[in-house]
Amino acid sequence: MRYIGKKLLTLLATLLAVSFLSYAAFEMIGDPVATILGTNATPEAAAQLRADMGLDRPLPLRYGEWLWHFMGGDMGTSYIYRLPVREMIGEKLAVTLIMTLMAVILTVAVSVPAGAWLARREGRPVDKVFTVLNQILMAVPPFFVAVLLTVVFGLLLRVFTPGRFVPYTESWPLFLFYMIFPALSVALPRIAMTTKMLRASALEELGRDYILTAYSRGHSRRSALKAHALKNAMLPVVTFLAANAAEMLAGGIVIEQLFSVPGIGRLLLSSIGTRDIPVVEAIVLILAVWVMLIHLIGDILGQILDPRVRL
Amino acid sequence: MAKQPVKNKNPFAGNWFLTAGAAITVFMILFTLLGQIWTPYDPSLPDENAMSLAPSPAHWFGTDSFGRDILSRVMNGAGTTLLIAFLVVLIGGIAGVIIGSLTGYFGGVVDEVLMRICDLITAFPSILLALIILRIMEPGVKNVVWVLAILFVPSFARVVRTEFARCRTQNYVKLARLQGAGPFRIMLRHILPNVWPVLLPAVSIGFNNAVLAEASMSFLGVGVSASEVSLGRMLYDSQNTILRGAPWYALTVGLVIVLMILGFSLLGEGLRQRNR
Repeated sequence: MRYIGKKLLTLLATLLAVSFLSYAAFEMIGDPVATILGTNATPEAAAQLRADMGLDRPLPLRYGEWLWHFMGGDMGTSYIYRLPVREMIGEKLAVTLIMTLMAVILTVAVSVPAGAWLARREGRPVDKVFTVLNQILMAVPPFFVAVLLTVVFGLLLRVFTPGRFVPYTESWPLFLFYMIFPALSVALPRIAMTTKMLRASALEELGRDYILTAYSRGHSRRSALKAHALKNAMLPVVTFLAANAAEMLAGGIVIEQLFSVPGIGRLLLSSIGTRDIPVVEAIVLILAVWVMLIHLIGDILGQILDPRVRL
Repeated sequence: MAKQPVKNKNPFAGNWFLTAGAAITVFMILFTLLGQIWTPYDPSLPDENAMSLAPSPAHWFGTDSFGRDILSRVMNGAGTTLLIAFLVVLIGGIAGVIIGSLTGYFGGVVDEVLMRICDLITAFPSILLALIILRIMEPGVKNVVWVLAILFVPSFARVVRTEFARCRTQNYVKLARLQGAGPFRIMLRHILPNVWPVLLPAVSIGFNNAVLAEASMSFLGVGVSASEVSLGRMLYDSQNTILRGAPWYALTVGLVIVLMILGFSLLGEGLRQRNR
């Protein structure tokens, strides 16, 4: 418990640093007044708007105020759309989160059994074939998987309509069905990496003395793996998965574009383009919170798997 | 002498990954270099009579919506991507080696501070960071190279630092110091040669990530500018041809990217197995 408390404190400190740095950085790059009024605004009008928006006050003060409101759930108002940021990003956040979650679930659901299965068959032809296949899959970038999925399942087999998106407010089953393809695109290279890693770490565990003891008590290779080795073999994989989940979140931005998924990534890019700073800041901070939460969950799971681990 | 020195052994013998990786990489580099001096067609010349053609003997990989030969465009455009990846790894690698060796050898407060900065950079997925920074800046090859190179420094600095910190306390370094060698001579002549085995796999991974990052960013329109041709930019151009039932443009570009990455990742895997 103390360990988690300490971890949480470091996490909060990092988040504060990230939020302040991004706030200050975005303040410097874009003058929202110029964006809103255009280039031929009179200095008086600009000064008036600046005062109205509270931009004439010092940066640390504005940052503190912004953070305070943010924690209270008020993320400010979009400069461009004049809408509450919260309203603009709410649904999109959910879409991206669900997509990433599906990708993580897919990765775990496929790679853990596959890694264990291959470890039991070390050196057999099937293991060799899959090692090569894995190495190739690892090199296939998500967007290429996305193109292939669109061509095969969208254009040839007509399983789904390419370019279509069903919001979950309309139909949950259809929404989830349409999200499988982007999630799979993001997950496939990660599945290959995780399988390879789990196979290697399971093999290492299977060579240890406690597994020999398990054999002597009548365990088969399969049951020894299941009952003893797999838990220990999972330890390095869990940390690896946490880092991967964060990467999948980022990789999803490219995939959102290809599958026309209205997620947070597209909003982030368009908002930076229009210098809609409140939206950008909110998204960056939320993504940072997610990334750190993912790492924290990985750490906690590692701790549960091996109570000796102390960071 | 009873035994032959190990280093005379052929590194490719029995190392399937290294052999295949080297073969694919050499092929891709030749393919790209050839594309800079000769292509079957002019890669930027539109042809009204050959718009959006499917693959045929005349156009092996078809033509795009302006009637430009896809193979020619890909051969030529791969050069931009390869150049970006090469520069990113070169700049990021040199900076990473300098920072990693200094902090690893001397340690102390500077080491602490620089490593915390590295932690901060790597805490956030680097593609996301690059996307945000590049979206703010003007698109173009130069900006892509600088942003990626800076973001890639920690990955090199970290492996180099670990090796330097480990070697610092070893006997051969102590001996060199006793013989009067200065810190920079020790770092350059004694420790650095021992860092290559861990640095080379990092370089191959870095190359992959750079190719992937360029492709992803140009695909999203924040990488190279519209007038520059790179693999990512072509992916961007080919986006809407997929839905119009002409996927070969995107497929060809994707295939070239896959082969590039596959070559380097097999090389990296082979190098790592050799180290064992």
